Amino acid sequence: MNKSKQILVEKSNSEKGKNKDEKIKAIEVEVFIMGKSYKVPAGLTIMKALEYAGYRFVRGCGCRAGFCGACSTVYRIEDEQKLGFDLACQKVVEDKMYLVQLPFVPASKAEYDIEKIKPSDTVLLEMYPEIARCVSCNTCTKSCPQDIEVMKYIQMAIRGDIGRCAELSFDCIQCGLCAMRCPADIKHYHLSQLARRIRGKYIDPKSKNLSKRLKEIDNRKYDDEINNIIKMPKKETMELYNNRKIEAEETGDLGGD
Amino acid sequence: MKMIDGYPDYMMESIKLVEKKRDYNMKHPVKPMSMKEREDMLSKYHPDYMKGSRRELRVGIDKGQIFYNGIVDLLEARPILDPKDVDLSKIDYDVDLLIIGGGGAGTVASLFAHESGIPVEKILIVTKLRHGDANSMMAQGGIQAADRPNDSPTLHYIDIYGGGHFTNKPELARALALDAPRIINWHENLGVMYDRQEDGEFQELSGGGTCRNRMHSCKDYSGMEIMRNIRDRARNLEIPVLEFCPIAELLMDDKGQVAGAIAFNLETFEYYVIRAKATILATGGSGRLHLSNYPTTNHYGATGDGLVMAYHVGANLLDLDTIQIHPTGDAFPEPIVGILSTEKIRGLGAIPLNANGDPFVFPLEPRDVESASLIKECKEGRGIVTPTGMPGVWLDTPMIEIIHGEGTIATKLAGEVRKFKRFDIDLTKHPILVYPTLHYQNGGVEINEKCETKVPGLFASGEVSGGVHGKNRLMGNSLLDFNVFGRRAGIYAAKYVKKAKIGKLTLSHLDKYNNMLDSAGIKPSKTAPILLPEYRGEMAISRSLDIF
Repeated sequence: MNKSKQILVEKSNSEKGKNKDEKIKAIEVEVFIMGKSYKVPAGLTIMKALEYAGYRFVRGCGCRAGFCGACSTVYRIEDEQKLGFDLACQKVVEDKMYLVQLPFVPASKAEYDIEKIKPSDTVLLEMYPEIARCVSCNTCTKSCPQDIEVMKYIQMAIRGDIGRCAELSFDCIQCGLCAMRCPADIKHYHLSQLARRIRGKYIDPKSKNLSKRLKEIDNRKYDDEINNIIKMPKKETMELYNNRKIEAEETGDLGGD
Repeated sequence: MKMIDGYPDYMMESIKLVEKKRDYNMKHPVKPMSMKEREDMLSKYHPDYMKGSRRELRVGIDKGQIFYNGIVDLLEARPILDPKDVDLSKIDYDVDLLIIGGGGAGTVASLFAHESGIPVEKILIVTKLRHGDANSMMAQGGIQAADRPNDSPTLHYIDIYGGGHFTNKPELARALALDAPRIINWHENLGVMYDRQEDGEFQELSGGGTCRNRMHSCKDYSGMEIMRNIRDRARNLEIPVLEFCPIAELLMDDKGQVAGAIAFNLETFEYYVIRAKATILATGGSGRLHLSNYPTTNHYGATGDGLVMAYHVGANLLDLDTIQIHPTGDAFPEPIVGILSTEKIRGLGAIPLNANGDPFVFPLEPRDVESASLIKECKEGRGIVTPTGMPGVWLDTPMIEIIHGEGTIATKLAGEVRKFKRFDIDLTKHPILVYPTLHYQNGGVEINEKCETKVPGLFASGEVSGGVHGKNRLMGNSLLDFNVFGRRAGIYAAKYVKKAKIGKLTLSHLDKYNNMLDSAGIKPSKTAPILLPEYRGEMAISRSLDIF
């Protein structure tokens, strides 16, 4: 315990030294974690603020970069009516914020074999019939930390427009906040997963280059080429590498697409 | 401090120089380095070559090898589990195949093990956090596969091998290049929505150190899109997953085979004995060890556990004397420091520039070389220092829309736009500030083409394994890696299971390891694996009592 305190003192001293000219004193904000008050430095994300206060995450923390949907957070600023929804790893704390993290969303998911699914206009309705109960309240859209037009893609699903549903929902990180808020018990994030799989598998056109290449590989066209390089003296391999032409450099178009 | 469009005014002054020189910079690109220049840059500026970052390991099968300090610390720590605390006579889970890790490699392995004949109820995935909480989910840029007519698996192989400084195991690099197109086809059949042209051909970009444009992407959510699809497949098959139960140590039997593992329930603190005929280690990387004090792009659970438990049973490790720092971690604003800005940004044409708005490196060098060049620029005082003391250089994102047209950033870099918008930064208008961040564990547990380790019964795949990338991985090859070797691990472990016979279970290898530590004169103060990193505030830790 003493050792940690020592480190803390040293660190704060060195920080003071660093900011001799422009003294930036850490500004604190008050947050309420599960109702309890804590003072934390301003500018931290909700996730780092909870850790600063002494919480060690088991649930409610995953990639820490906005991709995994593990850290769905509900918050309210004191004296405000509205609840806010966001990701703890992305949202910065504000003064007088009441914070709750959702550990788990127990939403049901349809089971299917994608090989046996027919990409018909009604397939989404058949697998997730509750989407017909959508009352267009738009609460799902308002609760989405990715700013996805959730209600709109549910409408596309009802209409049978799988392609648009897939496109609009593409950035979904499956945090489940939409499903937690929906008065009609729609499982938006599971439904859109199915829409995207159907689009990727059945609707998008396929690559001819890829099928040609697969045939060549099956016929072992490249096995000898690679094996010959493996057998080469290292010096020759290095020369081969050094002298290869770089497409991005040649075309001057780094983007290439 | 006055802020303009998300940046303090002094940083905005530097951005004005970037804007002024943009046209000129786009017309006068920096040439790629020669091999000699690359070596020179690395030896002077890459952490792999810095004194004090690495040391000799004093215990176990790799005794005498040089690894990063943070890795040696773990390997020279006391095994976390005391065999006396565990009753091996009661088996909680008895399966054919145990898969440790619920990320990309583990999930792919489960699908192919099932396809190769293991019934789902005889497979068990155990994972530290949730199924899919993994670096796989976070990969943005894309996945490499040589399928265009001007490309070939042979060229891909040469890129992998040269990018790894010719230190890769050639047979593993060959498998990576040759299996790649088949993996893309498998993804298509699962329903992965790849970015395509109207005729159905893939939109393929260039990546650092690749000689052809072969990076397939799904906007800048490539890993997430692939991971969601394979996880959905696993969920539909009802492959059993035990979440929030990291493995503390592997189990062995009296014949010297790996025979399962001991899981630890993070919420009830119970242990579970898992007996398995084969075990696939798919625990991922170790960014959360913050080697060489770098911030990291990695997910919360990336603490290198797999390396430690594999080493305790006698598996050997490769190339842990290197780390991959990704050149473009975010340097500003403070809340996102260390988070990745995808290599795709450079693939689309953005160029790194210093404080004076001048270019200093070819934008698509292999990652280690690119990173070293950024570090050099900052060390020599041509970087920008943020208000919190973080150095960085500009990555001139507005160039992308000059090359590819308006709207490109919104459609191809949706995740990046979203991240910066929170801080009032518009990357179509202004550059972003970047500095290298700890990204990938190049090496790990040595495997062969069948993903077998040195120890019978133990397979490994994905970031925890070593040999595929040698001492430096190229972009787009890690999504590929977990698919290629996850698949192989599943197939070959299923084959192995058919003949395997498990003897009497034991944890005696831990006693043996403790004895080795003692006889090497090591007096460990810590235990390993560490399971989760410690980020609590120093004040909170200093006042915490261990009485409950």
